[in-house]
Amino acid sequence: MRVNTKSLLAAGAVAVVATLGLASCSAGDSGSGGDASAASTLTVWVDAERVDALKGAAEAYTEKTGVEVELVGKDNADIKDDFIQQVPTGKGPDITMGAHDWLGELSTNGVVAPIELGDSSGDYLPVAIDAATYEGQTYMLPYAVENIAVLRNADLVPEAATSFDDMIAKGQAAGLTQPFVVEQGAEGNPYHLYPFQTAFEAPVFGTNDQGYDPADLRLGGPGGELFATWLGSQGKNGTGVFNTDIDGDIAKQAFIDGTAAFWLTGPWNVGAALDAGVNVAIDTVPSPTGAPASPFAGVKGFFVSAESENKVAANDFLVNYIGTEDVQLELFEAGNILPALSSAAETASSDPIIAGFAAVGAEAVPMPAIPAMGSVWQYWGIAEADVINGADPVATWQKLTTDVQAAITK
Amino acid sequence: MTTTIDEDVTAETPQKPTNRQRRAANIADAASGGLKMILLKIVMLAILDAIAVYAVFVLVMNNQWLVAAVVAVVAAAVNWIYFSRRKLPAKYLTPGLIFLVLFQVFVLVYTGYIAFTNYGTGHNGSKEQAVSSLMASSLQRVEDSPAYPVTVVDRAGTLGLLVTDPDGDALIGTNDTPLDEVDAEFDGEKAVAVDGWTTLQFADVIARTDEITELAVPVSDDPNDGALRTPDGSSAYQYVSTLEYDEASGTMTDVTTGTVYSDIGTGAFTSDDGEELLPGWQITVGFDNFVRAVTDPRLAQPLVYVTLWTFAFALISVASTFFLGLFLAIVFNDVRMRGRRYYRVLMILPYAIPSFLSALIWAGMMNESFGFINQVLLGGAEIPWLTDPWVAKFSVLLVNLWLGFPYMFLVCMGALQSIPDELQEAATVDGAKPWAVFRLIKLPLLLVTVAPLLIASFAFNFNNFNTIYMLTDGGPRDSNAPIPVGFTDILITMVYKVAFTGQSRDYGLASAYSIIIFIIVAVIAVIAFRRTKTLEELN
Repeated sequence: MRVNTKSLLAAGAVAVVATLGLASCSAGDSGSGGDASAASTLTVWVDAERVDALKGAAEAYTEKTGVEVELVGKDNADIKDDFIQQVPTGKGPDITMGAHDWLGELSTNGVVAPIELGDSSGDYLPVAIDAATYEGQTYMLPYAVENIAVLRNADLVPEAATSFDDMIAKGQAAGLTQPFVVEQGAEGNPYHLYPFQTAFEAPVFGTNDQGYDPADLRLGGPGGELFATWLGSQGKNGTGVFNTDIDGDIAKQAFIDGTAAFWLTGPWNVGAALDAGVNVAIDTVPSPTGAPASPFAGVKGFFVSAESENKVAANDFLVNYIGTEDVQLELFEAGNILPALSSAAETASSDPIIAGFAAVGAEAVPMPAIPAMGSVWQYWGIAEADVINGADPVATWQKLTTDVQAAITK
Repeated sequence: MTTTIDEDVTAETPQKPTNRQRRAANIADAASGGLKMILLKIVMLAILDAIAVYAVFVLVMNNQWLVAAVVAVVAAAVNWIYFSRRKLPAKYLTPGLIFLVLFQVFVLVYTGYIAFTNYGTGHNGSKEQAVSSLMASSLQRVEDSPAYPVTVVDRAGTLGLLVTDPDGDALIGTNDTPLDEVDAEFDGEKAVAVDGWTTLQFADVIARTDEITELAVPVSDDPNDGALRTPDGSSAYQYVSTLEYDEASGTMTDVTTGTVYSDIGTGAFTSDDGEELLPGWQITVGFDNFVRAVTDPRLAQPLVYVTLWTFAFALISVASTFFLGLFLAIVFNDVRMRGRRYYRVLMILPYAIPSFLSALIWAGMMNESFGFINQVLLGGAEIPWLTDPWVAKFSVLLVNLWLGFPYMFLVCMGALQSIPDELQEAATVDGAKPWAVFRLIKLPLLLVTVAPLLIASFAFNFNNFNTIYMLTDGGPRDSNAPIPVGFTDILITMVYKVAFTGQSRDYGLASAYSIIIFIIVAVIAVIAFRRTKTLEELN
């Protein structure tokens, strides 16, 4: 009896020290400690779905230069926080995959190193280069540009709409009560409403030569109030086009069932619609005014760690290998998002769906990456949801502006 | 158990054991497993030691001396304890203690430490890292300057850049000597070698990355012209730095505006106007986080109702789950009920499903326009389960009741079965009615065992982050509050929103808050435990 317990305890003790040991091993393995073997290995954190797409480039690089490239598949949701926490300890990767709107946070935390695209910067889509630049400095090698667009059920409505009202009219002519759906929620969804807001010429921030200027909040200008009034008129107490009870799943179901002919969403939902047998066409966002309705563009790319001991190899790998058409097309095939390299984007645009998104993307503006944007997100959606649900548009919008301004200057 | 006695005997007789005693000990050992078990013990400890030695080696190689020492000491202590014949209590306690230190004490101490630092967005690493990051991001490529093909060359350990300028001329320079023309060997358009210098191959370039990232060759004698740097070892670009770091005085100067940023002890370079250069670095800030936590003007208004709701939520959750659990336990404890076993299994099911999963499912079922409850169960009703401030509070309590009653059911069932039937029989013989039996005999006896669990349940619900975060995320939002707080937020979810808003993560503030909440819960628990002592006197 006693000896049994004892061995159990011993097993427990083994487990403890094993934990300590393993913890230190993992620390030792990923660490870029000064020894020679570590110096010739590039550790790259990759979205788990794209590991295979990068294998070719990694092998080609190893063959050419002798530098090992270790691709670590990570859950996309963890990459940013893990990167911020691990880089200062010296145990983070040399390169990570990410999205351009992380840049404010990464740069404020000092975990990301600038990269030099050199003359190749002209080879990328302008919106991708804008997004990769933060406070006048390029930090990201872009590989994909993502934006929302209107998916149209071409069987129900064969022609693209010329304006917002035209879209509703065309849908109603096809016999639909709720012809247009867009994802909202109890706390609103400003990302999906932003094209309409820009149509009223109310961007969130003004820009200067360094990019978005946090001191120049344009949200509350006259255009903003016009937009709020229009939004209120399309909400609960108006036409009912916007409804905060419609979330992503409900919008998707309505489009797939054919009860809605237009769906404002991103490329990530196209697959579901095509699988359901809908004849999908991609249109630009119909504007409620004469001005173009520009959505936000999200640009995906690669960052180099500020604490990387292999910066030269990291830069070389990104600029000269990931920045080639072949690799960009490999990545495109893994995610079906428009490549950021112009020549690859052109090749990919032979697909009409991609071409449709690319056409909308030409009007898109990069989502601001400055930390002040965090303060905007916090209040923006709830204010829009209130307006949709019948709150006084102008007063709500003014309160939004005051709250955001207060949060930015706090 | 025989060996325990044997050990006690040996403990009392320090002189050499007699042959008889030795034989007795051997027999006792054999009876309790014998040689095999001793071997197993040795093997286990050997594995443990092997791992510990490996861990110490790895740690020492990474210069983690403190952790290495801790592992070594712990491993030595474990060996000593398990090879000793006398440390019986320690043999039982050691593993538990190690786990306690690892998973409780360390976490608490670390949280306490973080509460006194400014760790968070913008204060993420060391000062050294902040300086190098600021310097790196202050490099601006000179506008319209060309890309220069370069070769990295070495002379007696000093690195230089062999540059081909756009006219096709070769230039060479190092960190200290500006670019100067030189006769070089060309490979096509690009200068690749020069007399007296060794050309670095790509592998050498990679191996000397550190030096190459530091390498900045001045373009001319005038520092304002900037310097050439090569990010990839094959092409160089002309950069000027907008920041200058003076190590002696510890100040950063913006050379374009002349603003001086100095280290004023706040963990970031700050100008006289109070403008901070970020990234900064981590420092200890004393009680600043605690002061901020209690004096934040944005919190003044929401804090009152959030605190009240937190107490209400915790108390009502404990009470409702306890009474429902108790009621069901009594019902299913009745021998007259058939198939109790199956009902009991059904009752425990909610407990078997992870709480965040059920909370998400409930959130879907409670959607106002499309949820299962309104659409199917109530035939198209429009009850704002999660969007009306008061109904949402009710919904949260309802879901928490669903999640929590199986635990109370299990606990009460066990406690009820441990109450002797004789008590009930005696009371019935004395003429007590069933309700009186329950109220005056069973409930007090039940509370003796269950009361500590009720206190633990209160502490758990006080910080029940999962249910709130997954079900309503604190919503519906209070659009009048200056922070994004909602009507079902409890303290811990409010703290989460305050410390982790938007893109800023303030770990220091979050730790300070969690320590404050810990103190509140601890005080309540201590008072409550004192009170339950009076219950124990019943026994």
